[in-house]
Amino acid sequence: MAGLDEGTPLFVQIAERLAEDIADGGLAEGARVPSTNELAAYYQINPATAAKGINMLAADGLLEKRRGIGMFVAAGARNRLLEDRRKRFAERHINPLVAEASRLGIDADELIALIQKSVHTGEGVAV
Amino acid sequence: MTPAISITGLTRRYRDQFALNDVSLDLEAGSITGLLGRNGAGKTTLLRILAGQEFPSTGSVQVLGAGPAENEAVLRRTVFVREDQTYPDFAVRHALRAASWWYPNWDAELADELQAAFELPAGRAIKKLSRGMRSALGITIGLAARAEVTMFDEPYAGLDAVARHLFYDRLLADYAEQPRTVLLSTHLIDEAAGLLERVVLLDRGRVVLQANADELRGSVTRVSGHALAVAEFIGGRPVWERRRVASQESVVLVGALSEADHVRARTLHLNLEPLTLQQVVVHAAGTPEAGIQLRTSA
Repeated sequence: MAGLDEGTPLFVQIAERLAEDIADGGLAEGARVPSTNELAAYYQINPATAAKGINMLAADGLLEKRRGIGMFVAAGARNRLLEDRRKRFAERHINPLVAEASRLGIDADELIALIQKSVHTGEGVAV
Repeated sequence: MTPAISITGLTRRYRDQFALNDVSLDLEAGSITGLLGRNGAGKTTLLRILAGQEFPSTGSVQVLGAGPAENEAVLRRTVFVREDQTYPDFAVRHALRAASWWYPNWDAELADELQAAFELPAGRAIKKLSRGMRSALGITIGLAARAEVTMFDEPYAGLDAVARHLFYDRLLADYAEQPRTVLLSTHLIDEAAGLLERVVLLDRGRVVLQANADELRGSVTRVSGHALAVAEFIGGRPVWERRRVASQESVVLVGALSEADHVRARTLHLNLEPLTLQQVVVHAAGTPEAGIQLRTSA
């Protein structure tokens, strides 16, 4: 199951991977999304599971079906995904960071200084 | 949708032993189902009855809308590959030819492809084949038959991991091209997990769990940490196992976790570890009410 983990529903992971690809630009808007069977063969999973993942994104309006040809990335999908990630940034990254800092006795000023340092040295910058 | 396989109140008794005890089960056409359970749970008996090779003591079995026993119309649309399948005394090519006559949907091209992929020697007498090669022959017949109901009972005795993955790949590819009802009995759950749409778990002749495979993932979690924190987190929810050493406790919690659960686990310093399908099945096999608990907590 090429890199999928067994403790989370596979269709959710398929949807997340595709969403990730769209957000990162790997799957451009208007691009054709791999078919159910292509995904099933690649991940070695049941086609019904792969279809459920694709349909989840389609129901969200991130993918659109073109009859007879397949699924394509909808216009505006990338921005919507990035917007969603920005909204959840605090909840996903800042809150745990602050919690761990307070556990370690790092105060707010120190934490801000650490973040600024990381930004300046470029250590935390995504490649 | 009409089920491809419909079983109602099926019991199979050998003297006073129950091989199958009041099994009821519907399998939809066009799905891959994993038939799981320990040795002696009744998997092979169930498959043999579905293939018309054995008779129910009581209850009814319908395959493609009719009873399979001595029903040629049904049996030609059904293929059953057993663990350690035995063949009459002839060569590989003869076995393949005989199968091509019997199965109306036989795909000769696919049979050739599989034969080449598994490196099956066409002229070799079957009794001179290794165990793995005999399994490969069974798999070749099972897939090339393209039967509407395709049943494999631990089909890979003696096959190495590479050959088993070849089987999974070919099964998926051919299933995608021509969906059918596949029933696969296996102990290698981790390997085959992704292929399965549904799982049916037998334990001592009874169905203890039938579920969508993907819904089981993430539905059972191991919770570990300080015993007091674990107790607070679990509350009255169903659990399958408790282990304790000193102040540390580890509990298998049944039921999907909410976002709030994850936050609470973090504040309580608990470790959450979702169980894999294989682990869920191992735990469920020892819990007669497993299916009910999973359903009610979902």
